[in-house]
Amino acid sequence: MKAVVHVFLKPGVLDVQGKAVQSALHGLGWSDVDGVRVGRVIEFDMTGADAADARTRVEAMCQRLLANPVIEGYRVEIAA
Amino acid sequence: MKAAVVVFPGSNCDRDCKVAIERSTASTVTMVWHQDTELPPGVDLIVLPGGFSYGDYLRCGAMAALSPVMAEVKAAASRGVAVAGICNGFQILCEVGLLPGALLRNAALKYVCKTVDLDIVNGQTRFTAAFGDQRQAVMTVGNGEGNFFADEATLDRLEGEGQVVFRYRTNPNGSSRAIAGIINPAGNVLGLMPHPDRAFEAELGSSDGALLFQSVMASA
Repeated sequence: MKAVVHVFLKPGVLDVQGKAVQSALHGLGWSDVDGVRVGRVIEFDMTGADAADARTRVEAMCQRLLANPVIEGYRVEIAA
Repeated sequence: MKAAVVVFPGSNCDRDCKVAIERSTASTVTMVWHQDTELPPGVDLIVLPGGFSYGDYLRCGAMAALSPVMAEVKAAASRGVAVAGICNGFQILCEVGLLPGALLRNAALKYVCKTVDLDIVNGQTRFTAAFGDQRQAVMTVGNGEGNFFADEATLDRLEGEGQVVFRYRTNPNGSSRAIAGIINPAGNVLGLMPHPDRAFEAELGSSDGALLFQSVMASA
């Protein structure tokens, strides 16, 4: 099965990249854009067929390495 | 004093640190590879140097924090050995949990490389005692992710417990409360973004960095 992890800075943490991208979009005329956040996506394959078990393992990976809980939040997707 | 400098793939201030410590304190400095699983016996000071360990992949300091040698560094820190993380070393100490907070992208999205004036907020640590009555120091910074961040409660605790050691007089990167360097509650683990290893003799523009290494030597 495939795991997809989305990692973003937490809401209270200033996302300077997001701000810069937003300001560039405004410059291109998309003035209605607001709240841009730049994060990262990490994808990988896993063995095993139990999606709930896979999710538990991926959450542990997020806590240990893939995200820094001090500044980042994450969202895990598990697909067959 | 016996000092050790840890070398990660991508460290680029490791030799600067070695020379700075040798010239400041006439100490023996051993270079320790990140895959090593033991530190020199009787080591008094461990330095995690600046650079871009593991290419800053994932997050700055994240991969280095998982290096085999870091288990030894953590064990030494818990025994009370002095540990100093400079720049990337500070980022690694935060990632490994020896210091609170994290270092974010600089507020202006720019790599900042310049001389900075610092207030010595706590002059009574193992790393600052040799500054004596001197309340300010001059060092240089060189970082793209030097913007210190911690939640408000952590910042209040750091301030209240005397754990803020250095503060920028003019904030170069958006750091919370202009914090440039912090220490752990036990007082033996210091992280700072400015480089004492680039300010250890007058020819470099400042010799204040030497006082940091001399402070540790005096406490060893």
